[in-house]
Amino acid sequence: MKTKAMRVLRYVAILVFILSVIRLITGASDLTSIGTASAALLLSVPIAMAGLGGMFSERAGVVNIGLEGMMIMGAWAGGMIGSKHGPWLGLLAAIFFGATGALLHAVATITFGVDHVVSGVAINIIAAGLVRYLSTIFYKSGAWLGPSQSPDVTSIGSNSFPILSGGNFFGWKSPDLLASIANKHWFFISDTASILRGLTGDLSYVTLIAIILIPLSVFIIWKTPFGLRLRSAGEAPIAAESLGVNVYSMKYVGVLISGALAGLGGGFLAIVAANHYQENQVAGRGFIGLAALIFGNYRPGGILLGAGLFGFADALQLRDSASIHALILLVVTILIFLIYRDIRKAKFIKAGLTFIFAVLSLWYFLAVDQLPGQLVTMTPYITTLLVMSLASQRLRLPAADGVPYRRGGMR
Amino acid sequence: MRKVKLSSIALAVAAPLAAAIVSIIISSVAVLASHKSPMDAYKTMWEFGSASAQLMQVFNTATPYYIAALAIAITFRAGLFNIGVEGQLRLGAIFAAYFGAMFTLPPVLHILVIMIIAMTIGGLWASIAGYLKVKRGVSEVISTIMLNALAGGLSSYLLANYFVDRSTNSNNMSTKALPASGQFPNLMPLLNKIGVKNQPGGGVYGMLLVAMVLGVIFWFVVNRTRFGFELRATGSNPIAARVSGVNSKRMTFVALALSGAVAGLAGLPAVLGDTHAFNMGFRTGIGFSAIAVALLGRNNAVGMAISALLFGFLEVSSRALELIDIAPETYVIMQGSILLSSVIAYEIVRRYKLTLQSKELAKVVNA
Repeated sequence: MKTKAMRVLRYVAILVFILSVIRLITGASDLTSIGTASAALLLSVPIAMAGLGGMFSERAGVVNIGLEGMMIMGAWAGGMIGSKHGPWLGLLAAIFFGATGALLHAVATITFGVDHVVSGVAINIIAAGLVRYLSTIFYKSGAWLGPSQSPDVTSIGSNSFPILSGGNFFGWKSPDLLASIANKHWFFISDTASILRGLTGDLSYVTLIAIILIPLSVFIIWKTPFGLRLRSAGEAPIAAESLGVNVYSMKYVGVLISGALAGLGGGFLAIVAANHYQENQVAGRGFIGLAALIFGNYRPGGILLGAGLFGFADALQLRDSASIHALILLVVTILIFLIYRDIRKAKFIKAGLTFIFAVLSLWYFLAVDQLPGQLVTMTPYITTLLVMSLASQRLRLPAADGVPYRRGGMR
Repeated sequence: MRKVKLSSIALAVAAPLAAAIVSIIISSVAVLASHKSPMDAYKTMWEFGSASAQLMQVFNTATPYYIAALAIAITFRAGLFNIGVEGQLRLGAIFAAYFGAMFTLPPVLHILVIMIIAMTIGGLWASIAGYLKVKRGVSEVISTIMLNALAGGLSSYLLANYFVDRSTNSNNMSTKALPASGQFPNLMPLLNKIGVKNQPGGGVYGMLLVAMVLGVIFWFVVNRTRFGFELRATGSNPIAARVSGVNSKRMTFVALALSGAVAGLAGLPAVLGDTHAFNMGFRTGIGFSAIAVALLGRNNAVGMAISALLFGFLEVSSRALELIDIAPETYVIMQGSILLSSVIAYEIVRRYKLTLQSKELAKVVNA
């Protein structure tokens, strides 16, 4: 376990080093800036929550494509209740609405045995339509600013890590160690410091809760009897039933937790990332959360990594499109690594093809000064596709994931 | 024997009937929630929607839904799920509109070439998902969702930078208009012959005929050919199919590519019949509604036609709700509740049938 953590840490360090080199070469200073890191964190949280939610559901054997719809319900409820009764109640409402969507999914898939993907897609369609309908009603009654936007939600409050990142604690103003290192502009050291400063400074309280939820999920899934029963429902439901596990209720609980977490992610979007609900706010993040889940091999740590990756790509794309241009160099670096690997495995044709692709990327990098906006917005999705196509062969999903289960073995 | 047959007919009707009742109840609750009378709402919708001008709109809305639903059904039958129809039809439409406007050909031939372009592009785009599925083991559900987002970005990039017609100075960016030979005439002359009068707001898209032909081809290929058999075999039991000599990887790839090719056509009804170009107002969401249409129609050529018309009718007729101060978005609730209650109802009926069968069997064995 320890060696694995060390390995991840080493990879992260190498990645930061490469990013620092690229920043030095291209002058794209936003690549490792405090702002980018904190925006990346902000954008990672909803994706991580959706992915974590998906994990609870799929570990119990229920595929949950409906995460997107549950996030939409959460975001809407967060904006609606949050603007009226304050952000914390808004967040609770978001969790509740997400779980309501999940209840629908659970009834359809577990009680009635409907195909999981079909039910999930239906929930996505229904959720999007329902909130549009409800928004129009609220707009007509005069409470909302527009048919697609809720009134503002007050801020939920934030703080920083003491000593490391500044902040105020009961009137005591803490020093801001990381920011002062970040301002020194030492190669690599300042880059690391500013990324850490972005990840530890001005954290919303909800972000803190979300971060705590990840180790908590690890504990619940792998260290508690409940976690074992939940996983057994997704791996071998018939065997679990024979040992006295109530598979139906395990699946129900898993799906409800998944909806609650997706709702939390949606509410986070409306209350923390923005300060109101807006139509299309979720914009496929539920699906990206699902991708993070698969990319993370149905484990919380992997989900966090995947969500961080997508959050980073999303943050760069929002903040500074010049940095995305610089990221092409990162792609070239990765491709060179792949070529090296292929040559060592004596796969020369594949290495040659990758080489051509690398040269083309390099040429594109040199020929174009800045990527057009429409292409920049595609970055997170391209990243997802590339990562999935490289990683998905080493993945193992729960054995009975997506298989409708019926007590007594009848289908 | 006779008794069984009667009850099986009753069962076949039971599912859609129960779903309709449940969804009417849900929609009524939604309308009641806005302090309006559901009866008024349904009456207004029916009176508005059944007028012949609106009926034409219903057919025009249903045509792309139906073609896209056929595309999705191809993958459903093979045990796959192409959520990427939205992206495939969008890219198909923009490429077809751009390249179709570059040349003139004899009338029918020109339209055929445009269709082939749309099918090629849609098919190629879906093949990416097919390749990733077969070679890299990436779930087609995830990859097609990502490809949708990419198609959206790519099409607006291409339109803004390369495909836009610079000669017109309009705010609505658009490709060059198709020459007359590339425009699909609408069906008004034909309808006039059977006594339908011209209506304000245009006629019925000619692509309706293409959709009907596609429906027949779909039925024939899936149910009456070896290819269709292998497709269904791959879908219902992949292991058994492989053991009996079906190349299931190849079937997976072909099903996705073919689905994309059909999806490419779904963007054309409006392009060929109405706007004669691809512009920024190109309708979004066809591919997603079509998923619901395919599910509701049980991947059956006739069933999907009925559900496409139902969806079109709800969408068009709900516009009248504005007149009596009800949010027209009510139709989305109706569509959603019909969809979910019908998939549940079908599943319940399927289970009930299984129980009946095993009871019959027990009777025979015990006797």
